[in-house]
Amino acid sequence: MKMTGGQIVCDCLVKEGVEVIFGILGGAILPLYDTLPQFPQLHHVLVRHEQCAAHAAEGYARATGRVGVCFATSGPGATNLVTGIANAHLDSSPVVAITGQVARRFIGKDAFQEVDITGITLPITKHNYLVRDTSQLGKVVKEAFYIARTGRPGPVLIDVPKDVFQEQVEYHAPGKVDLRSYKPRREGNMSQIRKAANLINQAQKPVILAGRGVIISGASEELKTLAETAQTPVVTTLLGIGSFPESHALSYRWLGMHGMAYANMAINGADVLIAIGMRFDDRATAEVASFAPQAKIIHIDIDPAEIGKNVRVDVPIVGDVKAVLTPLLKLITPTQHGDWLKQLDIWRREHPSTDIRDASSILPQYVVRSIYEATGGDATIVTGVGQNQMWAAQHYIYNKPNTFISSGGLGTMGFGLPASVGVKMGRPDATVWCIDGDGSFQMTLHELATIQQERLAVKIAIMNNGFLGMVRQWQELFHDKRYVATPLWGPDFVKLAEAYGIPGIKVRHKDEVVPSIQKAMAHDGPFLVDFGVEPEENVYPMVPPGASLVELLEAPKKEEVVWPR
Amino acid sequence: MAPMKHTLVALVEDKPGVLNRVANLFRRRGFNIESITVGHSEKPDISRMTIVVDGSGASVEQVRKQLDKLIETVKVQDITSESIVVREMALIKVKATSATRSEIMQIVDIFRANIVDVSMESLIIEVTGDEEKLDSLLNLLHTFEIKEVVRTGRIAMTRGSTTTSEPGRKPVSTEE
Repeated sequence: MKMTGGQIVCDCLVKEGVEVIFGILGGAILPLYDTLPQFPQLHHVLVRHEQCAAHAAEGYARATGRVGVCFATSGPGATNLVTGIANAHLDSSPVVAITGQVARRFIGKDAFQEVDITGITLPITKHNYLVRDTSQLGKVVKEAFYIARTGRPGPVLIDVPKDVFQEQVEYHAPGKVDLRSYKPRREGNMSQIRKAANLINQAQKPVILAGRGVIISGASEELKTLAETAQTPVVTTLLGIGSFPESHALSYRWLGMHGMAYANMAINGADVLIAIGMRFDDRATAEVASFAPQAKIIHIDIDPAEIGKNVRVDVPIVGDVKAVLTPLLKLITPTQHGDWLKQLDIWRREHPSTDIRDASSILPQYVVRSIYEATGGDATIVTGVGQNQMWAAQHYIYNKPNTFISSGGLGTMGFGLPASVGVKMGRPDATVWCIDGDGSFQMTLHELATIQQERLAVKIAIMNNGFLGMVRQWQELFHDKRYVATPLWGPDFVKLAEAYGIPGIKVRHKDEVVPSIQKAMAHDGPFLVDFGVEPEENVYPMVPPGASLVELLEAPKKEEVVWPR
Repeated sequence: MAPMKHTLVALVEDKPGVLNRVANLFRRRGFNIESITVGHSEKPDISRMTIVVDGSGASVEQVRKQLDKLIETVKVQDITSESIVVREMALIKVKATSATRSEIMQIVDIFRANIVDVSMESLIIEVTGDEEKLDSLLNLLHTFEIKEVVRTGRIAMTRGSTTTSEPGRKPVSTEE
């Protein structure tokens, strides 16, 4: 059958099961958009900045477990995608980005809106393509989806010259993808799995450290069985939140720079650490030289390059988490670790980490806790980056995978609102709260227009403290309170939302917090609540830079100076 | 482990931009390339790269894994500890007058090198061997004034009948 390049792309997307595309068009990609009406299965969401197309595609991918798709035109459209692609790369999210490129005869001539986007995105994509031969287009799209979602997922970019979209060629739907140079390994090495089982069975003070790989692999059940059989406490990474129910008796929540003190202590005291689907990020390990000093480390990950990259490993197992845990479970003998768990409970009692002090002002922690109670813990929380993100992670209790959606590796301020767009598109029935800061929100607030255009019932909570709060906290603690460039003017967010046709409430008194959340929930549609929170509230616990996981600052008792000690 | 030179052999898809991907990876991760050579292999769509990197065992293992992670890399092997044949070629333009020409030709003979171009004032010498041989020839020629040197960088092959293109992927070495 004869088809144009544009039709081939759309046909492939439909065959991949794509339903939603986030993007903005322009000259070079216009021919692709021109074919969209012929494929009514594909719903295009027009965002207001291409960065948000990539974030929305990632939010969609994380909410659904499917590949998220975004479109952008050549030149500035493509460069605007870069931050969103980098975010997806660092958080291992499957995203396929399709960019228009100038026509083939103009490539390399510095033509209007020409950039070398495959060159630019080389280090931030799992793979990318510039398609010069229209007859290869179908095969490339199919490969791109395969690469994006298999192995360690990641973003794949396809750059398509305008005249490739327009050219008509004979087209046959591509067959099965078989790449001799890309064969991700699913099954773990059995002798390594046996070694791991032996270590686990002999452990006195074991700890499981679960990351996002558990969620990506869909292995929460296997993780739970492992924890329960071996009576092993579970700590997660920030992006591993939800891989194990936080209300489970064996959950000690999450570790790291702003993690629970008792989770950090558990890692520090462990004799066997079972690290599953995680990559020992520096925000998780703190000072790596003193990380888990007493532990033999078992590291299960699908990416061989992560093994031994940051932390020495005793038993490495390369493979898909589920495919490794399934045979591993058969080798685990039921054990009790009563004394160890008792010790952890003592640490948890002594260092509760998420106590909220009594205050007459609105504490951001109290806002998050109130959202938790109002939603019965059943919402999907999407966050910005900074203090808002840490409070949202600390004070909401997550029991299901992919209910905490946040920018981990790249720490992209402005991620929250556009990611919420994708999450809500992917899970229309879910209650979606975007918990954001006033700084983070102002980076991508134009997505209110997208939310309104698509009538997406996203609830937005702004922790408005008039500061770039996390940086201000660093200035307070480590730079003698020199608040350089952190005081932040903001617009009247409620009026702003109104300008976009979205209702909202400004909350300045503590007793209005709960009613405002209820009002937001009761409203059928998007709603914004601007919480004027305690301006100089800090996120605790905090591991100062260069310190080990257990050398942390905890919330000060009244009048107590914590830093410098 | 002390830093030493490692020889990696990579089989990669013969597609545009592959060398760029490899070079970019080294730059981005801060790995030092001593030399890199690329050319066709015995298979039509596959190129073979010989890469010499300086580093400790652990960091070179990380290089190997990151290289292997590139979608268009078919296979990467660190053949440093294997029995290998190593060669490099150099073209050396050296000043040669009627007074010095015969002395230079004697040196060339000793090194089993070839003279591939002669002019009134210079010679071009073609020499093949391992780095040490090339270095010592260059050392000797310095007295005659070397005008230009081009070196190809190392190529390497394992001795015996095994090859670096045998099917299947090498198991991750940390798992052994």
